[in-house]
Amino acid sequence: MKKLVFIPLALFIGLVVFLFIGLRHDPREIPSPLINKAAPSFQLPQLHDPQKTLSAQDMRGKVWLLNFWGTWCIACREEHPWLLEYAKSNAVPIVGIDYKYSSDTSDERTAAMRMLAEVGNPYSLTVYDADGRVSIDYGVYGAPESFLIDKSGVIRFKQIGPITEDVWRDKIVPLARQLNQ
Amino acid sequence: MKRATFTTLAILSLVTAIVAQVAQPLEDPAIEERMRNLTKQLRCPVCQSETVAESQAPLAQDLRREVREQIKAGKSDQEIMAYVSQRYTDFALYNPPVKTTTYLLWFGPFLLLLMGTVLLFRYVKRRRELIKVKPLTAEERRRAEKLLSEM
Repeated sequence: MKKLVFIPLALFIGLVVFLFIGLRHDPREIPSPLINKAAPSFQLPQLHDPQKTLSAQDMRGKVWLLNFWGTWCIACREEHPWLLEYAKSNAVPIVGIDYKYSSDTSDERTAAMRMLAEVGNPYSLTVYDADGRVSIDYGVYGAPESFLIDKSGVIRFKQIGPITEDVWRDKIVPLARQLNQ
Repeated sequence: MKRATFTTLAILSLVTAIVAQVAQPLEDPAIEERMRNLTKQLRCPVCQSETVAESQAPLAQDLRREVREQIKAGKSDQEIMAYVSQRYTDFALYNPPVKTTTYLLWFGPFLLLLMGTVLLFRYVKRRRELIKVKPLTAEERRRAEKLLSEM
């Protein structure tokens, strides 16, 4: 009979444990179904020269970082100076996909070119996804999002939100080095 | 009076202008109906407590467009749902499939119900033992009588 007293306590402790796990868990973070899968193919016009295109296929044989961004995205602007720093280290080429949603009628291409000219361009190359189709193919929902893709075109790592210094130093750089061997 | 009529007309024309702007370009009602039914079962990845059907997030608008185009391309409902879950995981489905990773989600509540029922039955059984009328033994009766006589 005395033992019964401890049941509510045990239940309470169990609840607290679950709540603690919940605290450390970001509900906005959807695990990507694309990790260790082939990067969805795309062929998009380049931002600065619409006559030229770039496809995922063109990057075969390289370890590269694909970064989805837009001038309308505040977090991307925050990430931008960091990307400039990361690009200097030459650890991986960074390819940018500037995209916008179809409800956005502004001239994103011009705005993006202006922004890159003003604050610096961290990208080896930038392509332009005018109707956001490629961003949907990559399951992007909270720009900026970045994908580390290996030589055979498989996605090895995904970062939702800005790449922080920690993520760059502890995850992306070591993984890129390992994939380049 | 004239002024009132003028005000009414002004308000009416303003409302018409707003409605005209909000109204979407006309699509095939059958396709729209199917699109709405499908997107009602999808969770908007940006504003996670809303369905793709009702969310005004730009991404939800574009997902509605994608679903609409897939319908036009003759895709089945299953194919369209697979299209979304391949990109945004089962998390985007309000009716996720039953598989190893979702067993707890699907059967967890029944497990809790079962555990609760077992505990309840054990508790009630124990209570029943406690309230059972047990006749006093000869020794107990003697002691009781002694106590009563001392009062």
